[in-house]
Order: sequence, then structure tokens, then C-alpha cells
Amino acid sequence: MANIMVGKTAVGAYSFYLPKRDLEDAIVSMEYDSADKWGGEIRLNNGGTYYIEPQALPARFPISLRARRLDAAE
Amino acid sequence: MSELTREETEALIQEVLEVYPEKARKDRAKHLAANDQSVEQSKKCITSNRKSLPGVMTVRGCAYAGSKGVVWGPIKDMIHVSHGPIGCGQYSRAGRRNYYVGTTGVDTFGTMNFTSDFQEKDIVFGGDKKLAKLIAEIEMLFPLHKGISVQSECPIGLIGDDIEAVAKKGAKEMDKPIVPVRCEGFRGVSQSLGHHIANDSIRDWVLDKRDGQAFEATPYDVSIIGDYNIGGDAWASRILLEEMGLRVVSQWSGDGTLAEIEKTPKVKLNLLHCYRSMNYISRHMEEKYGIPWLEYNFFGPTKIAESLRAIAAQFDDHIKEGAERVIAKYQPMMEAVIAKYKPRLQGKTVMLYVGGLRPRHVIGAYEDLGMQVIGTGYEFAHNDDYDRTIKEMGNATLLYDDATGFELEEFIKRMKPDLVGSGIKEKYVFQKMGIPLRQMHSWDYSGPYHGYDGFAIFARDMDMAISNPCWSKQTPPWKKQPEALEPTEEGDLKKVA
Ligand code: SF4
Repeated sequence: MANIMVGKTAVGAYSFYLPKRDLEDAIVSMEYDSADKWGGEIRLNNGGTYYIEPQALPARFPISLRARRLDAAE
Repeated sequence: MSELTREETEALIQEVLEVYPEKARKDRAKHLAANDQSVEQSKKCITSNRKSLPGVMTVRGCAYAGSKGVVWGPIKDMIHVSHGPIGCGQYSRAGRRNYYVGTTGVDTFGTMNFTSDFQEKDIVFGGDKKLAKLIAEIEMLFPLHKGISVQSECPIGLIGDDIEAVAKKGAKEMDKPIVPVRCEGFRGVSQSLGHHIANDSIRDWVLDKRDGQAFEATPYDVSIIGDYNIGGDAWASRILLEEMGLRVVSQWSGDGTLAEIEKTPKVKLNLLHCYRSMNYISRHMEEKYGIPWLEYNFFGPTKIAESLRAIAAQFDDHIKEGAERVIAKYQPMMEAVIAKYKPRLQGKTVMLYVGGLRPRHVIGAYEDLGMQVIGTGYEFAHNDDYDRTIKEMGNATLLYDDATGFELEEFIKRMKPDLVGSGIKEKYVFQKMGIPLRQMHSWDYSGPYHGYDGFAIFARDMDMAISNPCWSKQTPPWKKQPEALEPTEEGDLKKVA
């Protein structure tokens, strides 16, 4: 499990930040993205994928979350 | 020298790499690239933030340097103890030229060196007692200090001292904050991790101290983050923000105080200059306090105007008008500077090799003077820095990450720029080759270079370096004829014999 931060960019897209490795990237797809179910498998621009336990849509961004690494790029 | 094509740049990289053994060549090849503006993600063309190759000359620093030297050191009313042997602090003392106002030794301590001066017995028996004694002595000798930070040097982590416990106890006794920072030099691959550790320690030990306290806010409160006031940079930036109607609550950390840092969570917008060293704390404040942050660039009139407008766009019309007023006010001054220096500098080429921000931030300032940056590279940048650099640099220009002494020398010999912007370690190597060099870490004992006032000084300094007649009196080694070399060498030999 890794601590990650999910934010929103100026144009409303999701962004991803992994403090431990200082990795900043765009989230290109998110499995669930509705008010009551949000998260699931997220895919990064660099090809990596993480899994966020599905939950209600966070009230505010950015938010720190725990995520599981499914497939890291590199 | 004129621009290289992509093929030529790539061939140059291959040629330079040839001397390395195969494994080293493979490793270094990933850190050198010809810029390709079509690439969205830098990691496809360049690798960064990796351990330096053993055996090559890198110019990187350590995590302690990143924390003590960069982030914590400039906070002027705190005492930063270099905890461990004496050398780390003494050899880096006052070298960074973070200007501040105050009476050194009484209420400010920026250029002084405080250290626990570890001896063998402290390594064997542990240094916690010594640290406790040192804290008590500081309180007695310098009663006007506002707090202490304990900057760990390598041995502290190795012998497993519990500086947190000493810090907590000492803080209680003297009723001032003591911040233990675990920035031992061996952590991470460069000073970059030191920045991160320092940011985290500010987050954990300082930032929330005034949460819930009353604060007379205005809608125009901002903070300057990541400006270290080198040669007065932060002052030259601050006056522009104030002129456009903003109120600068805090300056991180050049000429900064502990109180300013504690008040930062009350501002409306964080303005981030050095992204590399302080993005961490900006992200934290965005999440915890909902304060947005904005990267800006105060090098050269084009970028300043762009940045002032971007900052103003976050506020109401009053500030937007203020920004336009400021830009208009300095316009004639900038035109005069450019009229004076551009004809002398037009078409000159520059190669840069600096830390984690300036290799991309100063490009605009050179372009304002009609100069061209043909190669740039960082000591300790990460991918996100290169993402931002690719757009700023011309196509097929050379990029080098954590360049080795050999690589940099070869590149510069081959590309023959008119000016090199780098540090003291590079300065005399290149000046002996007949290429002027300006130190872009410390502004070569000049500055400020930020803001409109800074640009005038920047332009003068670059002209002074390039147009100095001494360069034409020197013959760089690659221009010397082999025949011409021999007799002098023989002559020298004879003299010795
Ligand atoms: S690497 Fe260790 S010993 Fe060297 S300067 Fe840094 S903290 Fe000091």
C-alpha cells in the first residue's frame, strides 16, 4: 500500500502524486467516477496502475489516500 | 556556434559516451538526450533523480545540504545546528548569499555556523547529552533566538541518536520550538531528498502552530515560497507583488522568520518560485488548508509580465489593474536595458548546468537579450522538472541530467557556447578554456536577478562576462596548433631541469 494524493487540475482532470517517490502524473482513466462510487482501478499517463478502494466521491481535492500498486511503470 | 540538427546532437552524445565502459555507457545514455518538443512526458527521453554512477565526477550535494543549506538555513531568527562533525557546516557556511536584515549574532543568525563538533567519544557513546548541553548554551548565549533546528549529519543516523527526544525535552524547558531534522547526508541520491525531508519537518513541527489563532486577514494575502533571497532576489520580487496591491505575509525562506512560516496557512495563495525544493509543502497546504499554489517565474521581463498576469488572474479587478500598472511602469526601464545590451549580446549562445529550477527558469531572460540557450541540464531535477523544461527549450537542443565532469567538458568543447552558466566547481575549468562563465547558483557575488530590477543587473553581468576583452587574448586548448604547443612545453621542461 502506498500513500498517494489525488488532485484536480485547472481543467478539471484528475492528477496523481506519490510523495514517497516524488512522482507527479496525470490520471488518464478511473474505474468509478460518480458521486456514490469513486475510485477503483486508476491508470496513469506513464502506464502505471493503482487501485483505490471504491468510496464516495471526496468532498474536496486534493486528498491523500491509500492505494495499492497494481502495475508500476518502468 | 550555430544550432545542431537532431542527428548531430545525437551523434555528439554517442561520441562522448564512447569512453565509458559498456555498463556505465548504458546507464549514462539514459541521462543525455536531444530535446524533442513533441514528447509529452520527459521520462520517454531522459531519466532523472537516480543514483550517480560510482567513479564519475558528479557535482551533487547531500540531503543535509538540501535541508540545512537550502530550506532551513535562510530562516534568519532560528539557530540551525549542524549536528555532527564540524566540517559539513563549516565548509558550507554563508556560501549561499541569502541576504537578510538583522543584527547577526543578536537577533539573526544566518551567516553563523553552529555545530555540535562531534569527536570520537560522541560517536562511541552517543551525542544526545552533548546536544542537550548545546541547546542550553544557545539559550543562554543567544536569548533572542526564536527556535532551533537540529540538522543531522551522517553520523547521527548511523549511531542511532534519539534527537527527537532531546528536542522535545529541550523545547519544553525553554518554551521555544526545537525541530529535529533527519536529513543525514546519506539519504537519497542528491540534495533533493533533503528538501523533501526539510519540507516534511516544517509540516510536522512548525506549520500548524498557529492554527485556530486570530489573524487579521485581507483578501490579498499571499506568500512567496521557494525564494531564497540570493543577492536580494526575494526583495526584488516582493516589491512587485506589493506594488500590484498584494500583501506578502511570508517569505520562504530567504530573509524569512519563524513567525512568517507559522502564519503561512492564513494566506489566500501560495506563490511558488522554486518548484523543486518547496512543492511538497505547497501540496500539503493545498490539501490541509485549501490554499491553491501557483508556479511563477521572475527572470526577464517577458516571463515576469506573464507571471504577474497569471497571479493577478487569481484575484479581482483591483489586482488585475495593479498588475498592468506595474508592467507598464517598468516597461520603459526594460526597453532601455534591452536597447543597451541586446545589440551586444544578440545571437550569443549559452549552456546551462545548474540545480533544480534555473536550468529552465532563466531561459526566458536570456531570450529577452537575444541570446540562445543551446544546452541545459539539472543536477538533481525529477521527471516533472524535465516535463516543464521540454517546452521551454528549442528542438534538438542538448539536455543532460546529473552531467559528469567529463561529459560537461566534452559537450562544451564541442558546442563552443559564448557563455556557460553553472557553479564554482565548473567556473575555472571553462574560463581556462577561454569560455566565460557566470555562476548561476550564487549570481557570482552579484544579484539580485529576480524581478525587473534584477533583470537590469542580469543583463549587465552577462554583457560584462561575454564582452570582457580577456577572452580574445586566450587560446582555448582545442585551437592551439600541436606544433605550437611543443616548443613551449620543451621550454618549460628545460626551465625545470
Ligand atoms: S554527506 Fe554526510 S558527512 Fe558529507 S556533508 Fe553531507 S552530512 Fe556531512
